[in-house]
Amino acid sequence: MSLFVNITLDGLANGMIFAALALALVLIFRATRIVNFAQGAMGMITTFIASSLLGQGVGYWWAFVAVLTIGFVLGALVERVLVRPLQGKSELNPVIVSIGLLVVLEGIAGAIYGNASRGFPAAFSQSGLTVGHTKIAFSHFDVFILVAVFALMVAMLLLFRFTTLGLRMRASAFAGEISRLLGVRVGMFLTLGWALAGVAGSLAGLLVAPTSSFGPYFMDLVLVYAFTAAVVGGLESPVGALIGGLITGLCVSYVGGYLGSGLQPLGALALLMVALMARPEGIFARPPARKV
Amino acid sequence: MTQVVPPSRSLAGGPWWRRIRLPTQPLARHLVLALGGSVVLYLVTSALSPYNDYEVGEIALFVVALAGLSLLTGVNGQISLGHGAFMAVGAYTTALLMTHTHVNFLLELLASIAAAALLGLLIGIPAARLKGPYLAGMTLLLALALPPIADKWSSTFGGDQGLTTTVPAAPGSLNPEKWLAWIQIVGALITLVLLANLLRSRYGRSFRAVRDDEIAASLAGIHVARTKVTAFVISAACAGLAGAFLGLSTGVVNTGEFPLTLSIQLLAAMVLGGTGSLMGMWWGAILLVYLPQWSTSLSGHFSLGSGASAYLATIIFGLVLIVVMIAAPTGIQGGLRWTWRRLSSIGSGYSGGQGSG
Repeated sequence: MSLFVNITLDGLANGMIFAALALALVLIFRATRIVNFAQGAMGMITTFIASSLLGQGVGYWWAFVAVLTIGFVLGALVERVLVRPLQGKSELNPVIVSIGLLVVLEGIAGAIYGNASRGFPAAFSQSGLTVGHTKIAFSHFDVFILVAVFALMVAMLLLFRFTTLGLRMRASAFAGEISRLLGVRVGMFLTLGWALAGVAGSLAGLLVAPTSSFGPYFMDLVLVYAFTAAVVGGLESPVGALIGGLITGLCVSYVGGYLGSGLQPLGALALLMVALMARPEGIFARPPARKV
Repeated sequence: MTQVVPPSRSLAGGPWWRRIRLPTQPLARHLVLALGGSVVLYLVTSALSPYNDYEVGEIALFVVALAGLSLLTGVNGQISLGHGAFMAVGAYTTALLMTHTHVNFLLELLASIAAAALLGLLIGIPAARLKGPYLAGMTLLLALALPPIADKWSSTFGGDQGLTTTVPAAPGSLNPEKWLAWIQIVGALITLVLLANLLRSRYGRSFRAVRDDEIAASLAGIHVARTKVTAFVISAACAGLAGAFLGLSTGVVNTGEFPLTLSIQLLAAMVLGGTGSLMGMWWGAILLVYLPQWSTSLSGHFSLGSGASAYLATIIFGLVLIVVMIAAPTGIQGGLRWTWRRLSSIGSGYSGGQGSG
């Protein structure tokens, strides 16, 4: 029983991280109809920058803020330099370019920092909390993960629902031509979508690094889990990303706990295939009105 | 697609290459080309050292995998970021059969093709309902999910050491590297002839029709889902054969040979060679085999550390993907065809006629 509880708690914490990266994928997919497969690698690079900053003696929270800012700039830069030239071409082209970016970023990180996995500090203690007299597999750091991702989600929700900026972003994503006619600077808001996704991706990197073998490839699996989460949630909806993240986190955690950690990606693949077979549009997406 | 013979070809005179006339019947034409290719490659390999033979064999096996990927992505419009997984299935099938049984070598290769095709069917059925990015994500997950299975059941799959493969005995006094290279070259040429013929058949036309517009294709009576699954299975089968060949080349099959990087490098090589072309895959395969060596010598030239040099090839592959997609989406083969058409039109004033691929 305690095994089951611990696995579940672990799955929830992981699920929140997947949700953060899934949110990044959703933000970009909503804005530009592209799945950014380099999102994980971008988070990996910013986490390495954080690691360097911490090595220079910068305080954790200063590094935290700096890295989220760098993630913002990196996201905007990628959109402007790499994605903008592909506008209006086949939908395979951006997928291939994002894979190219993934490879380049991993290569750069490997060339500079080496392949060996290194430690990354957590913001809070990683030893389990004690409930009553039993120690559970849920630490202060896991609480921080829950709070941080939840805060990010709420901030995005408030931005999109209650501000003019968010309204313009939604308008640019859903009806670019009409918004342009109404005087919205569509290009700028698409870039902003990528930039916000960069923030979410950087946050995911900072949250994953302490609990994984932090190296150039540490975000690969997180990215595919986040992709699974985003698809389960519908690729369109931030709330869907959260629910999808938790479902994926629990699924991966149960597979890892009962069948062995090597089979976790296979579990995610099974979940993804079931989700795509059962509801290709995802749980939270409205069915498309027409497909032509 | 009817065969239109350009008027300039029927005229005598002009430069010598214009007087060469290939058969117009596709199978005959492709067989003639393959025969010519095999003669050239025979002459090339007979002049090479054993290590070069090994490299030529590797080029040939990558051509097999890339041709399948080119058909899937370029002709049918589906993307796969997980072709390394299909190669792994092919390699492990051959290695397992070699370890536990003594069946005919050709049967082992056919079993590898069949096993990879079966996985292709399994993945292709849900894939048929998916659009680009969804399929990309699913195949990416496949590339990461499959290798750990071999680690999990290490008693069957040999764990880290992997399984050993043996090349069938060479006839006469031929050295084994050359023999293997010839097997791989013949495999590549057979694959290319079969695929080139397929692309000229109604299957090829259905593949292209589905790629260009699924709704229009289904209105024209094409079963869209079945067409997409067929393309996926054919592509996976090619990767399976390539994987079996790779296992033979390295002599050992273990999970370390099939990282995610392999799948991505296959994609990069395919894009650089020319998405949708078959002959262009030779350029891609040459890049796959030689780029790691070139980048090692390049980093030696700039006196980078050995750690950095290992990543230089990866970085170049990524940059190639990005630059080619943004600047020249038709790749090397597309550029060559453009140049060829230009040259032809200078001679005759006629600039029609797409290359057959």
